[in-house]
Amino acid sequence: MQRLMSLGILAPALMALAAPTQAQTVFVSTQLRPIEEATVVRQELLKDAGQVDYVVEEPPQFAVRMEAERQAGKRTVSLVGALHGELSPLADNDTLEPLDDLAKKLAADGMPQSVLDLGKLGKPTQQYIPWMQATYVMAAKKEALQYLPAGADVNALSYDQLIDWGKALQEATGQPQIGFPAGPKGLMARYFQGYFYPSFTGGVVRTFQNADAAAGWEKLKALWAYVTPNSTNYDFMQEPLAAGEVMVAWDHIARLKNAISATPDDYVVFPAPAGPKGRGYMPVLAGLAIPKGAPDKDGAIKVIEHLTTPDVQLLTAARVGFFPTLNVDLPPDLDPGVALLAGGVTATQAAKDAVISLLPVGLGDKGGEFNKVYMDSFQRIVLQNEPVAAVLKEESAVLAKLMTDTKAPCWAPDASSDGPCPVQ
Amino acid sequence: MSQNRPWIPYVLILPSVAFLALLFLVPLVQTIWLSMSDNGVPSLANAQRMAGDLNFTRSLKNTFLLTLAVVPVQLAIALAMGTMVGKIGRGRETILWIWTIPLGISDLAAGLVWLAILQNSGYFNSLLYGLGIIERQTSWLSYQTPVALFLAIAVAEIWRGTAIVMVIIVAGLNQVPKEFREAAEIFGAGPWVRFWRITLPLIRPALQSALILRTVLAFEVFSVVYALGGRNFPVLVGEAYNWQNQNQNYGVAAAYAVLIMVVSLAATVVYLRAIKVDPERLP
Repeated sequence: MQRLMSLGILAPALMALAAPTQAQTVFVSTQLRPIEEATVVRQELLKDAGQVDYVVEEPPQFAVRMEAERQAGKRTVSLVGALHGELSPLADNDTLEPLDDLAKKLAADGMPQSVLDLGKLGKPTQQYIPWMQATYVMAAKKEALQYLPAGADVNALSYDQLIDWGKALQEATGQPQIGFPAGPKGLMARYFQGYFYPSFTGGVVRTFQNADAAAGWEKLKALWAYVTPNSTNYDFMQEPLAAGEVMVAWDHIARLKNAISATPDDYVVFPAPAGPKGRGYMPVLAGLAIPKGAPDKDGAIKVIEHLTTPDVQLLTAARVGFFPTLNVDLPPDLDPGVALLAGGVTATQAAKDAVISLLPVGLGDKGGEFNKVYMDSFQRIVLQNEPVAAVLKEESAVLAKLMTDTKAPCWAPDASSDGPCPVQ
Repeated sequence: MSQNRPWIPYVLILPSVAFLALLFLVPLVQTIWLSMSDNGVPSLANAQRMAGDLNFTRSLKNTFLLTLAVVPVQLAIALAMGTMVGKIGRGRETILWIWTIPLGISDLAAGLVWLAILQNSGYFNSLLYGLGIIERQTSWLSYQTPVALFLAIAVAEIWRGTAIVMVIIVAGLNQVPKEFREAAEIFGAGPWVRFWRITLPLIRPALQSALILRTVLAFEVFSVVYALGGRNFPVLVGEAYNWQNQNQNYGVAAAYAVLIMVVSLAATVVYLRAIKVDPERLP
């Protein structure tokens, strides 16, 4: 610990000494953080974008840094790259430069207006430029397919079929073979908000404790009998998939990519299962924004223009597995693993029963506590086997308070609301 | 010299006092205020939120159980190690050096080492499989195996934290005058009597320091637990981390921090009272 701390003190000092004197555009990103991905960004994606200093920051530290710079009144960051939900509190503080000219240009270059409009974050002006997108899919080892229940199509699974599949896999191998990223850094909360709740209830907040939700939780408990108990330790499903600990997994495409790219012939990628209300799915959108008072606004605009050219967008897909926001076709010589993931994404988006669930908006810095409501419910109902109705009633009170405190209006798939989204 | 210029000692300790005041007292006051206020108004809302949370009782219980299980074992092992090394002439330094290796490893790295041993595809399972004891991978660190998980964390903590206790005990043992032991031997005292009646009372100051240090560290346990148990084994510092980092509610995180400090201070007071040290023997 002490070593880490002294390193932490030393490193910036050394970097300050070593930093070249010419002006650099500081680009802080919460995306593409792992060292391999950050290296791709620095050496390939930003190669011809001028002098850019690409800095990665974990989402909580990102929020703290932006807030600290705002309060200090002195910006060091010229460009930020972050998820839709992470940019939303910055837009709420009115700290982002409007980017309407850029948006107009990109619309003319073929960025779909529906995607661009998400970058307004409910405001009259363009707050961020959509940078790249992703979603969550399921992946399975090909050898698991032989245990699919009769008549089941892997691209149109229902929860009942997934349960039967898990049961057959457990009987054949002696161990539960389905895995979820329910570890401390896993994205399990997004499963509940984007997949479980929309599929079973057609909503996320309004329907939190209704009868459909209770029935859904009972179904999840039935499924969990065939889910490996190590799931509460998994953060990235590519690791247990590659290690052979699980055969079927749900996760973010960027967190499955390493396993699938390493041996693409071993895997199939397919949409998450459908519940009674459809096949919920959550698109993930990362955007680029310029903070007000940025030291190098012109440089930042150049970087945004560079990153949204068709070539760089395709390169991004090929190298890091995030897909273009521009309307461009993926090239045929794409990395086979990424192509497999792209097929899963297309199958999800094209599913007849697809129910889009957007990332939460308007929660400000309460996004973490919003996730906690779903994860606490999961821990109590599924892991600790507490009665469903009682847990949902208690947690819905917490959720309702969060909604009234933040005054966040409903977002899709919940029906829109005047004022804070009600929990019914 | 200091009689001529009585202010000299104060000037000499001034930098360290100022340093501590700036980097310890100020954040401490800020943390206490953060935990006891809500939007700038004094309030117990954070403490209530903390006490009402799903994982509060579990984390409190886990932290205390772990401390109770780990500290006495570490003390016993450290005493045994210290006594054994006292009998060794040649190679003593090498043995001490090997024993203190865990001290040089960061907490998180130690946790990851044990994770590599105990996870499903880890060395422990490979060994059991190789010996024909298990037929397939067994999980030891899941929420379905709380006893194995607790034992795993306790063993990892004992492995990681015993060296610091041993170093203090060895230093204490070195200060026990040889003559006392020799005299006792002449009067016919056996090894056990010598240990209980002479060594143990004489190393009280070292015991006290070791116990205080180790217990406070045990209440602050985090990295090893985080690596091995994650969500399955909540502890107080882990919850503070979650509230700060994931839930981004700094007030509740501060409430946890203050609680940990109070618990640690209470433990220190208990040790100071329970293990009385002769003031003559204080440095």
